[in-house]
Amino acid sequence: MKLVTAIVKPHRIDDVKDALETFGITGMTVSEASGFGRQRGHSEVYRGAEYVVDFVPKIRLEVLVDDVDAAPVVEAIVTAARTGRIGDGKVWVAPVDEVVRVRTGERGGEAL
Amino acid sequence: METALDSGLTAWMLVSASFVLLMTPGLALFYGGMVRTKSVLNMMMMSFGAMAVVGVVYVLWGWSMSYGSDSVAGLFGSPVTNFGLADTITDANGDFVIDGGLPVVVDVGFQATFAIITVALISGAIADRARFGTWMIFSALWVTFAYFPMAHMVWGGGLLGGDGPFTSIAEPIDFAGGTVVHINAGAAALVLAIIVGRRQGFGTVAMRPHNLPLVMLGAALLWFGWFGFNGGSAYGADGVAGLAWVNTTTATCAATLGWLAVERIRDGHPTSLGAASGVVAGLVAITPAAGSVSPVGSIALGALAGAFCASAVGLKFRLGFDDSLDVVGVHLVAGLWGTVAIGFLATDTGLLYGGGFAQLAVQVIIAVVAVAFSVMVTAVIGLALAVTMGWRISEDDESAGIDATAHAESGYDFGGLGAPRSTAFRGASSSVPASAADAVNTSEVRS
Repeated sequence: MKLVTAIVKPHRIDDVKDALETFGITGMTVSEASGFGRQRGHSEVYRGAEYVVDFVPKIRLEVLVDDVDAAPVVEAIVTAARTGRIGDGKVWVAPVDEVVRVRTGERGGEAL
Repeated sequence: METALDSGLTAWMLVSASFVLLMTPGLALFYGGMVRTKSVLNMMMMSFGAMAVVGVVYVLWGWSMSYGSDSVAGLFGSPVTNFGLADTITDANGDFVIDGGLPVVVDVGFQATFAIITVALISGAIADRARFGTWMIFSALWVTFAYFPMAHMVWGGGLLGGDGPFTSIAEPIDFAGGTVVHINAGAAALVLAIIVGRRQGFGTVAMRPHNLPLVMLGAALLWFGWFGFNGGSAYGADGVAGLAWVNTTTATCAATLGWLAVERIRDGHPTSLGAASGVVAGLVAITPAAGSVSPVGSIALGALAGAFCASAVGLKFRLGFDDSLDVVGVHLVAGLWGTVAIGFLATDTGLLYGGGFAQLAVQVIIAVVAVAFSVMVTAVIGLALAVTMGWRISEDDESAGIDATAHAESGYDFGGLGAPRSTAFRGASSSVPASAADAVNTSEVRS
């Protein structure tokens, strides 16, 4: 099993969710996140004083998938999240040792 | 003296007084939005606190010191002669005293609102870090020793008004409070910012406004209230009030444009905080001049006020004093400009209207005297409070946020992680059997 984590622009999250549902993913976890990449954040000016805002608001999406689904899921997320402009985010995949469904105690692929 | 009641005037002055009173809660929003989330309530409480203190003090000795019948050397009225509005509201027959068609008690209310907003204005210079108790005491002392004497000197028949010695040059003009309100508050703010000292992280930590819509709403309410401030200062439901109304509008619009133009050129973006600030700068600058300039003159006065103030607000970073919300950069600068600009733009006596230098000279004199007086009095009061009560909250409290430590409240409750746990209400005894509602509160419902 794999954990696919994606950091995307907040206004793309609905498209990403729709793409994953179309693919057949039945659950996901979404949280608000802040951060920056190479482009850093932006600056704001208040009464002539400039403030650099490094941490840009993002959405962090996590979804557990079978090994074989990892690559197409990543592709679906990237396609749906891409705007082509800087700050579109990142997606990464990590191995997962065990998954348990809390309600039933099912484990592994059954629990996805 | 018109001793018959003028009901139209009385109605207008009651409305104006209500408008001006609204300015202080408006200021609370304006200032509250500009501070960080952790100190929004304290910032608003400083306005409401000033309102509470001055509202009481004014009727006790404020009116007597400002406009009472017993002047002390032209500096201030005796606080005891008309203490508690004695011999002010009604005459020996029990009839309301009427002055110029207006019941004097209505004027008391109108003038009290000016004293309230002036004190509240100062609070913006010491955001986030001043002890609330010290601020409350300061409010009472400052309004007594700085505001009431200044009001007496300018409007109450004292040294800086039409009956004073400078009238031999030209009659000083302060229509609605350039010296009494704005220079007075702005100079006091400068002194207090220096005495109280900088906030932790001033100049290095980002202290962004936490809610700009609040700032815009506050500026809008200030603008609305200012129609009472300037329009009411005509003391008539007449053409002068109308002129003041129009000038207040045009100068403010021009100042907004002036501020935004400076921002667009200097920083690349016209900002909402700049628009709100330009509004206030224009309102301040037109205050002393509202009755003596033409609407076209008010455009020039306002546009320059916006440009001057937009340029001035950055000075605190260069000079190193933490005038947190730019009370000096807006009220002192625009107050000085508006007061001096009368010397150029007054339609009867201004330099640009062929009136010569006399009006300009006298306007500069009253501005300088007002600054000197306010600085001196505020320094004495501020330093006295620094060594007795102390001005600063502890460093820990400042970093945790003054709302939580001074008032035991937080401005916003978004729930989620870190939200406060529900606990028993104070005074509830543990021996009282838990009701179903209590059980829900503490998540102890069992099936």
